[in-house]
Amino acid sequence: MNLLPFFQWCETSWLGSSIRASQFMFPVIEAFHLVALAFIGGAILLVDFRLLGVIMRQQPVRALAAEAQPYMYGSLIVMIITGTLLFLSESVKCYYSNPFWIKMGALALAIIFTFTLRKKVIASHEERSGLIWGRLAAVTSIALWATVAWGGRWIGFSG
Amino acid sequence: MSLLPFAQWLADTQGSIALHESLLMYPLIESIHVWALTVFVGFAAALDVRLLGWSMRKMPVSDVARRLLPWMTAGFVVMVISGMLLFYAIPVRSYQSVWFRMKLILLVLAGLNAWVFHAGIWRSVMRWDLDPITPKRARVAGAASLVLWAAIIFSGRMIAYNWFDCDRQPQPRFINWAAGCVVEPHE
Repeated sequence: MNLLPFFQWCETSWLGSSIRASQFMFPVIEAFHLVALAFIGGAILLVDFRLLGVIMRQQPVRALAAEAQPYMYGSLIVMIITGTLLFLSESVKCYYSNPFWIKMGALALAIIFTFTLRKKVIASHEERSGLIWGRLAAVTSIALWATVAWGGRWIGFSG
Repeated sequence: MSLLPFAQWLADTQGSIALHESLLMYPLIESIHVWALTVFVGFAAALDVRLLGWSMRKMPVSDVARRLLPWMTAGFVVMVISGMLLFYAIPVRSYQSVWFRMKLILLVLAGLNAWVFHAGIWRSVMRWDLDPITPKRARVAGAASLVLWAAIIFSGRMIAYNWFDCDRQPQPRFINWAAGCVVEPHE
């Protein structure tokens, strides 16, 4: 299946061309994307570091995850909205960009992982038996999200 | 006093030229800068929302702060080193960037805010450690930190754009003054 026509359609869409036509829209949206990155990073790393056992060991994993959850969801929504807008303004460039596809692949995996296995590990976390699984889940989560961030930064350097 | 000669001298050093011309190093350092930023600002924001009483209300403030601090310090150190390397790669343009200058001012303000917080209300943390909503001065510090760091990220990202660069004349007089542009007077 050839996706190029779809990407071209995205780029010529009203939203895509308006953002491209403006000098300031892209940078401003991108800056918001970056601020939301800091927030989602905080919310995810807080729980992952706790699962690794390196911070707040006296707080139950479940309680900490429940506190972090609204921030994770909130910033994920902001990231997806701003990310979609950025994508619309340069879809064809993204189509030919390897970092973009790496980012999307890692993002899909990260989201699936976060909402299935990681969620399960958190929900069933016990201090003793859960340690190995908790650490595994944390390392996987950090690796996946770090790849997403890295891929995103490199879209800007390609082409 | 202008630091422009220093920036120009820096730009001519071998390391600066090598960084500037390397296709891989600059993006790599910048990626590391973004990762470190995520750790530092992410955890700072976690502490800020606790101070504001928006999250982790049942957890002692001192606990949240002490546990996060080593990681924030690590993130901060990596952020500063990678940031200095990014400056070292493009010294003159960065020195004459209004966004870079704004970012430095905001960083100083963020530092002052943290200092006022630690030297002030933080000393009595044991008295309000378990309060779901902290004293006003702690909340103000949390809110200021959130706003300042968002603004720092914002202005940092804008350094990449050349709208107000000195080599794009004519610029408004205010911009030339703020960026420290050396503009030849028109005849």
